Amino acid sequence: MPSLKDLKNRIESVKSTRKITKAMQMVAAAKLRRAQEAAEMSRPYAERFNAVMAGLASAAAGSDSAPKLLSGTGSDQTHLLVVMTAERGLCGGFNTNIAKIARQKAQDLVAAGKTVKILTVGKKGRDQLKRDFGDHFVGHVDMTEVKNVGYGDAQNVARDVLARFDAGEFDVATLFFSKFQNVVTQIPTAQQIIPFEVPEGYEAGETLYDYEPDEEAILADLLPRGVATAIFSGLLENGASEQGARMSAMDNATRNAGEMIDKLTIEFNRSRQAVITNELIEIISGAEAL
Amino acid sequence: MAEMQFDLVSPERSLASLQAASVQIPGADGDMTVMADHAPTITTLRPGVLRVDAGGSTQEFVVTGGFAEIGAQGVSVLAERAIVRAEMTQDMMDEMFDEAQASYTQTKENSGAVDDAAKTLSDIAAVGAEIGLSTKQPTL
Repeated sequence: MPSLKDLKNRIESVKSTRKITKAMQMVAAAKLRRAQEAAEMSRPYAERFNAVMAGLASAAAGSDSAPKLLSGTGSDQTHLLVVMTAERGLCGGFNTNIAKIARQKAQDLVAAGKTVKILTVGKKGRDQLKRDFGDHFVGHVDMTEVKNVGYGDAQNVARDVLARFDAGEFDVATLFFSKFQNVVTQIPTAQQIIPFEVPEGYEAGETLYDYEPDEEAILADLLPRGVATAIFSGLLENGASEQGARMSAMDNATRNAGEMIDKLTIEFNRSRQAVITNELIEIISGAEAL
Repeated sequence: MAEMQFDLVSPERSLASLQAASVQIPGADGDMTVMADHAPTITTLRPGVLRVDAGGSTQEFVVTGGFAEIGAQGVSVLAERAIVRAEMTQDMMDEMFDEAQASYTQTKENSGAVDDAAKTLSDIAAVGAEIGLSTKQPTL
């Protein structure tokens, strides 16, 4: 049985752990609000963009001269998986869940005889996939220095991806990130970005537009921007998801620490009482012996 | 005068959403002014200055990259970068210019198909001249 001093020390240490998790939870809550705002503000752009792209894409699909970013290279031999995760841990299953669907997809593709290349954004995903797919890595984007994700960051990732596509390094690109549903639910998601797929819920409108310059030129201009837009939305969703996941993970941790403190305190009191009882018995039996 | 809905959004936020009498858009094929009941059009943007006439006053934005959608409901401009003209600083101008210059140099090295990049670069230089901020001389 641990001594009184040991118990006391443990209670103290759990208490300070609780302070830390509590603080992390509050920080995550504050950051979450900001991340959610950023995600909300970016929504109008993405929505309109996708609406217009839906119209353009349905018009151009099927034509032979459609840009490769839309129609694909005609093969699906080489896949690029862009795995976007957080730079930090201690956020519950957030990173693991993204890595899990990425790993699943990679395994399926390898089993089907395809070539898999992985581009990681965020350190944690890289660490988790390293063991199984270390030799498939083609690049890594470090976001440690980035405090607030801006469109520029998404553009940098997009530029990297597009340069690889232009160089013929892959045929299909899939983006992995976590969609923010609410603080307790984040949905790990895989989204194909090249060739361009119209996200669900967008349909070609009925308006017939004049195009200036022509449709093809506009498509050629917009498709690369579509990649950046998709990556940007992914990054923002990820940002909100990460903070949400961290908040609920830290909330749990704080509660667990509280329970542990209660248990340890009871144990501490019990042993203290046992010690007192023991001493009393000793005194009484000593007095009786006289 | 009839008014129409005007929205200007960048990926990061929505900059303007108001009723406007007319909007002058720096289209890729040249400037165009849109008023209510314009024919539905989609045009890409070149770097330039967007002017919005609303309620007797004119607002100006510097925009780069993106497109404008003119529909029955009004005009939506989606610009990759949109900055209120008054907030435009020399530093931002330099940054935009350097970016375009870098992309031009890179394109030149890679493919030699420099027309688009060169146009973007000179458009940005023109924006600088238009709003009274100096840019470096483009090296083409």
